[in-house]
Amino acid sequence: MPAGERNIHPLWLRITHWLNAIAVVLLVLSGWRIYDSTEFLGFAIPRGITLGGWLAGALQWHFAAMWLLFANGVLYLLINVFTGRLWRQFFPIRPREVLQDLGAALRGKLAHEDLSHYNSVQRLAYLFVMVDSVLLVLSGLVLWKSVQFPILRELLGGYEAARRIHFFAMAALCAFIVVHLVMVALVPRTLLAMLRGR
Amino acid sequence: MIQRLKLRDIVIPGEGAAMLADAIGHIAQPSRRAFLKRSLTLGGLTLLTGCSTGSQDSIEAALARISRFNDFAQGLLFDPNLLAPTYPESMITDPFPFNAYYSEDEVRDIDGDTWRLELSGLIADRKPWTLEQLRALPQQSQVTRHICVEGWSAIGKWGGVPFAHFLRLVGADLGAKYIGFKCGDDYFTSIDMATALHPQTIMALTYNGQPLPPRYGFPMKLRMPTKLGYKNPKHIQAIFVTNTYPGGYWEDQGYNWFGGS
Repeated sequence: MPAGERNIHPLWLRITHWLNAIAVVLLVLSGWRIYDSTEFLGFAIPRGITLGGWLAGALQWHFAAMWLLFANGVLYLLINVFTGRLWRQFFPIRPREVLQDLGAALRGKLAHEDLSHYNSVQRLAYLFVMVDSVLLVLSGLVLWKSVQFPILRELLGGYEAARRIHFFAMAALCAFIVVHLVMVALVPRTLLAMLRGR
Repeated sequence: MIQRLKLRDIVIPGEGAAMLADAIGHIAQPSRRAFLKRSLTLGGLTLLTGCSTGSQDSIEAALARISRFNDFAQGLLFDPNLLAPTYPESMITDPFPFNAYYSEDEVRDIDGDTWRLELSGLIADRKPWTLEQLRALPQQSQVTRHICVEGWSAIGKWGGVPFAHFLRLVGADLGAKYIGFKCGDDYFTSIDMATALHPQTIMALTYNGQPLPPRYGFPMKLRMPTKLGYKNPKHIQAIFVTNTYPGGYWEDQGYNWFGGS
């Protein structure tokens, strides 16, 4: 699959990207409302920016959107692996190049001539968000069904540890989204490419 | 459903005074307050999404359908032989939190001498049970984690009659789908048969080796470490076996029915 001018992002990638975006927004906003019912970290998330209205409503959204995140995520990873795109687009990652690209990005001098080619910082960020999403699903599974997944529960350090992992993995995902959106705002062509493929 | 629609209409200007009075009558009851709280906050959601009340209802219906699918999925995931983790007594949470749909000063005082456990539905021997009779049955105790849907958990020690033993003793139809519970604090809920027969599901008569205190559900609660807290009814007065979906206090308002962990 040559990365020609006409096809920066294949259709399946664009579809899974936007389905994932919908699922993540629903999960994060409803997750904030679920968090608010106990506020185990001692602070509240403003109700106005949460989804679901009350705990049961938020739980319904959360346990509906989780299927979309899971099914879409599995599909994305499978296609990525079996088309070879995962290795082609995200590897290799060399620490020296990451530092160079990070420095260039911070000075506003990172080149974006070829959107089909990810720079080292992008590769690292996108791989991070894949791993983080897998962690969110696994820790969520332990929170939802802790008795039914004993090995996973113990691997994550027990039931209450899974709650903290789930929260901080969400926070990391949100941090990624902020940076991601800032970068899109700086290079608006990337948004077009993710919508129409080129 | 009808009541919810009426209550939601309160927030819509221009509705009749009769409807308002009707709704205020409902609010006097605690469970109705929960309905109202939800109605108002759903109004907030309407603003957030810009949806009309019509599509609001269809979203709600879709979410409810997915919640029923999640009941089914949890039934598939449920392994009847898999035990919830148990803990040393040193890990018991002290004090164990009180939680109910009412506040702690509204805990019901139930007289253990006159209390009777009533049985109905698909059960062969439906004679009522006294507390003494239940205490004479084989007992089992567990130190397990109680997981609350609100996002906290606590470890406690409960003792009582294995529910599977009791159900077989009274000749319950073990092929039936549901077991329902009616409680002395007007709470009600229901569970699936597979969970009812789980080896850690007990009719708890004691907490920490002492008779169950009123705040934890005297004289009897159903303790299931494989289900969330709201599925563990306190002050149980009646048990019935049925194939007709019985719902529950919170479940009817939107909490997931299976509520398993």
